[in-house]
Amino acid sequence: TRCCAPPSTAPAMNCRAEVLEVSVEGRQVEEAMLAVLHTVLLHRSTGKFHYKKEGTYSIGTVGTQDVDCDFIDFAYVRVSSEELDRALRKAVGEFKDALRGSGSDGLGQISLEFYQKKKSRWPFSDECIPWELWTIKVNVVNLANEQERQICREKVGEKLCEKIINIVEVMNRHEYLPKMPTQSEVDNVFDTSLKDVQPYLYKISYQITDSLGTSVTTTMRRLIKDTLAL
Amino acid sequence: AMDTDLSSQDRKDLDKFIKFFALKTVQVIVQARLGEKICTRSSSSPTGSDWFNLAIKDIPEVTHEAKKALAGQLPAVGRSMCVEISLKTSEGDSMELEIWCLEMNEKCDKEIKVSYTVYNRLSLLLKSLLAITRVTPAYRLSRKQGHEYVILYRIYFGEVQLSGLGEGFQTVRVGTVGTPVGTITLSCAYRINLAFMSTRQFERTPPIMGIIIDHFVDRPYPSSSPMHPCNYRAGEDNGAVYPSVEDSQEVCTTSFSTSPPSQCVFTATKAHFQTPPPVVTDTLKVPVMGLAFSHQLSSSRLSYQPAALGVGSADMGYPVLFAGGLNAAHPHQLIGPGKEGGVPPVPSQPAHGTQADQERLCTPLDGVHYSAATPSSSEDTETVSNSSEGKCGSPHDLLETIFIRKVGAFVNKPINQVTMANLDIPFAMFAPKNVELEDNDPMVNPPESPEAESPLQGSLHSEGSSGSSTGNTHDDFVMIDFKPAFSKDDILPMDLGTFYREFQNPPQLSSLSIDIGAQSMAEDLDSLPEKLAVHEKNVKEFDAFVETLQ
Repeated sequence: TRCCAPPSTAPAMNCRAEVLEVSVEGRQVEEAMLAVLHTVLLHRSTGKFHYKKEGTYSIGTVGTQDVDCDFIDFAYVRVSSEELDRALRKAVGEFKDALRGSGSDGLGQISLEFYQKKKSRWPFSDECIPWELWTIKVNVVNLANEQERQICREKVGEKLCEKIINIVEVMNRHEYLPKMPTQSEVDNVFDTSLKDVQPYLYKISYQITDSLGTSVTTTMRRLIKDTLAL
Repeated sequence: AMDTDLSSQDRKDLDKFIKFFALKTVQVIVQARLGEKICTRSSSSPTGSDWFNLAIKDIPEVTHEAKKALAGQLPAVGRSMCVEISLKTSEGDSMELEIWCLEMNEKCDKEIKVSYTVYNRLSLLLKSLLAITRVTPAYRLSRKQGHEYVILYRIYFGEVQLSGLGEGFQTVRVGTVGTPVGTITLSCAYRINLAFMSTRQFERTPPIMGIIIDHFVDRPYPSSSPMHPCNYRAGEDNGAVYPSVEDSQEVCTTSFSTSPPSQCVFTATKAHFQTPPPVVTDTLKVPVMGLAFSHQLSSSRLSYQPAALGVGSADMGYPVLFAGGLNAAHPHQLIGPGKEGGVPPVPSQPAHGTQADQERLCTPLDGVHYSAATPSSSEDTETVSNSSEGKCGSPHDLLETIFIRKVGAFVNKPINQVTMANLDIPFAMFAPKNVELEDNDPMVNPPESPEAESPLQGSLHSEGSSGSSTGNTHDDFVMIDFKPAFSKDDILPMDLGTFYREFQNPPQLSSLSIDIGAQSMAEDLDSLPEKLAVHEKNVKEFDAFVETLQ
């Protein structure tokens, strides 16, 4: 598959944007991010489509499973798909490492963007049109002692419960969803590469805010654009 | 007149969707309160029996209860389906935790496509329900149930009753779906003054009765339907095949799901039992939830394996337990595979369908997904018919089932260390108790006056004191000379008189002293399960011994 242009920092018109904020301890970052991302993807994944004659299709079954967090007093439900879980863990792992890296004040954000592909004629590359963007802003805190950590376990657990309720509330608005595609169009709407479930096309990106408050990647992109413009 | 826009086929489909949505809603809620992690498998091949394209198992008993409550009706204005979740301590006190409401209002959406949009939105709503059931306070409570309390469910249909939730309860909306006949709303009202009942309370601590007693109010409305534990245990109904969701054979006749239906039959097979030891019979008579029951049976080798036919919703992620002879008023208690030290869910020597069954079990710890169960239907049908001819209903057969010790995820204590204080057993009052309760318990704190002596104390020495040292000779009368009859003995340096005097006041027996006595009594009680387990293991020897006596 061809790569699309990286997601724009500002969502396009008609793209729903939701922002969630969490403050967590370093070791809680991964679980907290996975909880939110999996909850969103639970709602944005279907069973595999099997197209038949006359344009009808049948849908596979999506299984679910409970996940207990080790560092947070929290549990969430995710889609039963090892491939999907691996993909999310990989992205979240990178995000966590970046947060820990130098130049970071412990502030960053990870974004989950759902998009549709719009095929363009040569020489233009396919367009990626986002229709829903979830941004999780993370603030990593450092705790001094075990007692604070215990309180943090519970507090973050409660906060995540609120986030799940927020996510469900957004999902319930039944706002724009891409039309169910025909067989020829299905790869423009869904990620059909997984063997057991079919999420909408998505991409995950992240930004680390350096201590100056500007986003590192934004700076880089600006540099590149400026260079190309010459 | 309102329905003229809706074709009869659409109306039929819609009614079917709503009915199955209601049933699946109940399943999700009850399963989320079983106290363990739920795990179902994704399947890329459509099976036609997975409603809303979600793998949600159907616990037949729960479906049965739901259908009973609905009595053929569908949620409508003023007629809501409610699932009430409550907590019941081992001392019998109960408290409502949540009410999940499936309601219908009059706001219609005429434009919406039934077989397509409504169906997909109902599917989305079920996903939301899966997510929300894990974030209300009752979830964490239910994960720790089994030792001091259990979680019960009750389904009723009609007007929503929220008064049992206490003051200041909160509501969370799961979602809504508009349909041409009204808008379906799913929400949860939950008690919030559980703050003091944080999950830490439910470690191995003294009974909680003293703390939450304020919240135990008499049920304002007589229960029209009985309460059921989310943990499953069938009473005399064991062996009864709960009629499966017959209509699960129906498939939602939408354009995108046309595979043939598969059967979902849930049966109790008795193919795997060993000879049940008589010891188990006795212990089962103790009308206790969870505790003693699970102690005795943690080492039992009885096993049960449901022979589920077909795929999809017939897949069992955990076996359902049937226990005979127990309190029939609580017939619905599901106990899933143990996590720590319990009997592993894989049964020994099942007579049939071993491969499929073993693969079907899901052990949350290692996250292994079981393969879709596709036992040959002919083989299973045979077994089903064989077992149904069996001696169903007799107490003996009721024992021929699996008992799998369920341990909640956050429980990290060994099974046999749980205090027996909460059990309805004799001597429970001697077990260590909460300080507040001890004050009133004369057996624990004997009255202050030292004159209240046990008869034993009085006979040995007139001034009793616990833990008195040896050689206290506080006689009421002074012995001037003691010449015991026939007691001349020149060999020993001690004569009988000296012996008598010296040993006239032996020290108090430690087991008679209340403080130590209570402790050792508790220890004795705690070690009872082990001892009983050992006896149970050796039961054949005992039997043989008894034979020799006859």
